[in-house]
Amino acid sequence: MGSGGSARHDAIIVGAGHNGLVAACYLARAGLDVLVLERNPYVGGAAVSRSLYDGFTYSNCSYVCSLLRTEIIRELNLPGYGLQIIPYEGGCTMMRDGGHLALYDNHDALRREIARHSRRDAESYERYLRDMLRQCRFIKPLLLREPPDPTSFKPRDIMELLYLGKHFHRLGEQRMYETVRFWTMSCADFLDEYFDSEIIKAHLAGSSIIGTALGPRSPGTAYVLLHHYMGNIDGAVGAWGFARGGMGAVTQALAASFQASGGKIRSSAPVDQILVRAGRAGGVVLADGEEIQAGIVVSNLDVRRTFLDIMDAGDLPDEFVSQVRNFKIRGSSGKLNIALDALPHFPAIPHGSPSIRGDLHVTDSIEMLERAYDDWKEGRWSRAPYIDMLMPSQIDPTLAPSGKHYMSVFVQYCPYKLADGEWDAAKRAAFGRTVIDTIAEHSPDFKDLILHAEIRTPWDLEKEVGLTEGNIFQGELTFDQLLFNRPIPGYAQYRAPVRGMYMCGSSTHPGGGVMGAPGANAAGAILRDLGRTH
Amino acid sequence: MLSESEPHYRQPLLKTPFHERARALSQVDSFIAWAGYTTVDVFTFVEQEYFAIRNATTLYDLTPMVKYRIAGHDALPYLNRLMTRDIGKLKHSRVAYSVWCNDDGHLIDDGTVFRLSDTEFRLCSGERQLDWLLDSGLGFDVQITEVTDETAALAVQGPTSCAVLTAFGLSGIAQLKPFELAWFALPPALGAGSQIMVSRTGFTGDLGYELWMRPEDAESVWDALMDAGRECAIRPIGSRALNMARIEAGFVLPNVDFVSSERSLRFGTERTPIELGLGWLVDFNKGHFTGRRALFDEQRRAPRRRLVGLDIEGNKPAHNALLYADKAGKHQVGSVTSATWSPTCKRNIALAMVDAPHMRTGSTVWAEIYLNRELVWERRMARAQVVERPFFAPERRRASPPADY
Ligand SMILES: Cc1cc2nc3c(=O)[nH]c(=O)nc-3n(C[C@H](O)[C@H](O)[C@H](O)COP(=O)(O)OP(=O)(O)OC[C@H]3O[C@@H](n4cnc5c(N)ncnc54)[C@H](O)[C@@H]3O)c2cc1C
Repeated sequence: MGSGGSARHDAIIVGAGHNGLVAACYLARAGLDVLVLERNPYVGGAAVSRSLYDGFTYSNCSYVCSLLRTEIIRELNLPGYGLQIIPYEGGCTMMRDGGHLALYDNHDALRREIARHSRRDAESYERYLRDMLRQCRFIKPLLLREPPDPTSFKPRDIMELLYLGKHFHRLGEQRMYETVRFWTMSCADFLDEYFDSEIIKAHLAGSSIIGTALGPRSPGTAYVLLHHYMGNIDGAVGAWGFARGGMGAVTQALAASFQASGGKIRSSAPVDQILVRAGRAGGVVLADGEEIQAGIVVSNLDVRRTFLDIMDAGDLPDEFVSQVRNFKIRGSSGKLNIALDALPHFPAIPHGSPSIRGDLHVTDSIEMLERAYDDWKEGRWSRAPYIDMLMPSQIDPTLAPSGKHYMSVFVQYCPYKLADGEWDAAKRAAFGRTVIDTIAEHSPDFKDLILHAEIRTPWDLEKEVGLTEGNIFQGELTFDQLLFNRPIPGYAQYRAPVRGMYMCGSSTHPGGGVMGAPGANAAGAILRDLGRTH
Repeated sequence: MLSESEPHYRQPLLKTPFHERARALSQVDSFIAWAGYTTVDVFTFVEQEYFAIRNATTLYDLTPMVKYRIAGHDALPYLNRLMTRDIGKLKHSRVAYSVWCNDDGHLIDDGTVFRLSDTEFRLCSGERQLDWLLDSGLGFDVQITEVTDETAALAVQGPTSCAVLTAFGLSGIAQLKPFELAWFALPPALGAGSQIMVSRTGFTGDLGYELWMRPEDAESVWDALMDAGRECAIRPIGSRALNMARIEAGFVLPNVDFVSSERSLRFGTERTPIELGLGWLVDFNKGHFTGRRALFDEQRRAPRRRLVGLDIEGNKPAHNALLYADKAGKHQVGSVTSATWSPTCKRNIALAMVDAPHMRTGSTVWAEIYLNRELVWERRMARAQVVERPFFAPERRRASPPADY
């Protein structure tokens, strides 16, 4: 990727995560001269595909593309730049007693599957889905909108508040109560309202704690469940699936789209300092001392990194800085990427069931999930971790040599700070062993098939991707940090307290995941400030 | 009953006990999924099947109809709480059509309640809803069990159906009055000691019966009926022909003519029984029932919309047509939920949800219909008159004993 060319640009984006690239694309398309600066030698942040073992491609961090907004895919012509999202079907939780619960796309197969565990729950599941979709329908229009500032009297804010109010009003009284309850309750309580069967609750609860330093019984986790369902809202085929070629395909397509609009990307170009002159952002200084000027600086980094690491506290309001310090951004997840010599055998999964191609789990009760969280609170990785395990190479032939398979294992919980001192290579290996042993309990031949494993702790994620404490969402998705409170009350509109400076990472509304909405909304705010329409 | 060889993730749809017979008679291989079973949409030719309903005798496999056994000391008070109708008035061996609602008075489903004894009922419905039924049972001494796959069901409908059933061996069937049920011993040749329940009910608006039997008896009953009906041109029918008859009869279908409030995602799409023209099923004098307060308030307000019958000019069925107050199509006042050409009435009929004030009988609305002229599509605004339902209601459906048609 070439050099920055002229030393002054209309806008600089710090960080080539998918949100930085989305913002960059929209700005470049509006005619701005945009430069993206990325610290790593490759673009993508937490949405990357890398080859660490011969013949295999890993989705090193994020692995399921379910949230990326279709508006963005379409407007930036990402399919034209190679992005293909391919659906996968179903999933399965293997139980300690050898049983299993699978999820199938076919409605009747699914009903009969759940009915094996509870006939009543099979029908409650419909009601559960209905209520989830109702909540999704409520939240969907808010995703690609800048949240209003409830304390401002600007016409736009008032209009937005009115929109929110009207939107709420349309729900009707009963559903309004349901929504407020839903946004604040725990996932376990929420699921108890629908289901009797422990295994069904355990299977569904997984999504409520992924990436979250909370347990299934912690208030606020019901919302996280929804955050993961958001990809389902459009009901469009292929809204939930794998990016062909791994998650890096998303950021590769974004980078290509950006460059086609005349944008420039510099990798291996870590930003050391954002320059502020007379209360205005004026550019950046790279680690090697190079100075690059721009009237607009946009940070793709999480808020902690942006305001505490590459800015001077002196350039910022005191109160703001202390709020940034208190922003909840705790690491709780690890990841294993494994190259396998063949498809491992999972005796609990019935022969011929398509669920082997979906997400596989081994946590069969809410209790077990909560115990896994207890370990995290005590500063150690879960002894019986929750895992979200997929073998996408069964569907995507580009990831592994024929007959061999790539396995992605997301692990919850794994702390950033260990009770017994810093992370080191030995501890990382021990963490990896815990996960591999957990899987091997359900697959006798699994260990023998391992050719290579990449083990990532929150500490590694912070070092490699730059996510503070390794928090995958650039900040917890709890109600106090959502909507007009995300990231910081009063600063939810992508504008930093310094003029000309903006935020576009997952720390901002509507939050984490490979969704692209923060980047698109930030670009909208910038273009509005420039007097151009988005 | 679970006769299929493949597990559910390979073969999600069950086969009914009549499946082998149906497959043998299916000429066009047209099967559809219905409530978890594979059933016939068309056997041979829709119009022929339809005319058999109105002219001869038809067999229709209604095994997939969801069936619940509701039993226990509190079964009656439970059902009275659940249903809008007064089930207390339902005598032994009788059947009632009823609807049930949520607390907001929004329809969940419609169905039939069979009174089998003091403490045992059967509920037949279009949709599965065990969770709702169980939740409604809190505090009642009642057991609710889904028995769909323990009972095979066959509708025998048409003007000669009584004659066919008599020939089949159900002596005394002619005495069965509408909405009555009775048990008969199966003809000895079909399995000694087996009983069959017959109710004079149906979805065709014609003379007809529904037979409820053990799955083991299904095939022999089918064979014997086909034999007994040979003289009367008996034929099996699929869902398409039945649908034409049910629109003529003015019956509603959940998730076709109204969305079940258990399924609705969008606020404001739910419907009340009053809006569906089923207010006669709501009994405010029987004591409390789910949805009573909301429905009570609603019936005192001016209605906002109603499901009506439409008689539409031309002969092109107005499937999903939008309805307008004006021919120019500026002011939308509703939409069609079910439509068919009625071969018997020779009218182009439909059920439609229409806003006040256009819902009054005699009003005129305009239906926007798309016509396929050899792949050249045209739009027609067809004049439609709001008319009373049912469109077709022959005397024979009520006559007791039925005449020899
Ligand atoms: C292990 C893991 C699994 C996940 N799984 C999923 C999933 O399956 N599905 C899903 O939707 N989401 C998933 N997520 C979450 C999702 O990946 C992230 O929320 C999202 O990718 C964040 O994107 P971003 O653009 O906001 O920020 P980032 O991707 O964090 O991008 C920030 C960029 O800034 C760069 N940077 C940092 N400091 C500097 C500096 N000083 N100078 C220049 N550049 C710098 C970084 O290198 C990085 O490229 C997962 C995350 C992780 C970590």
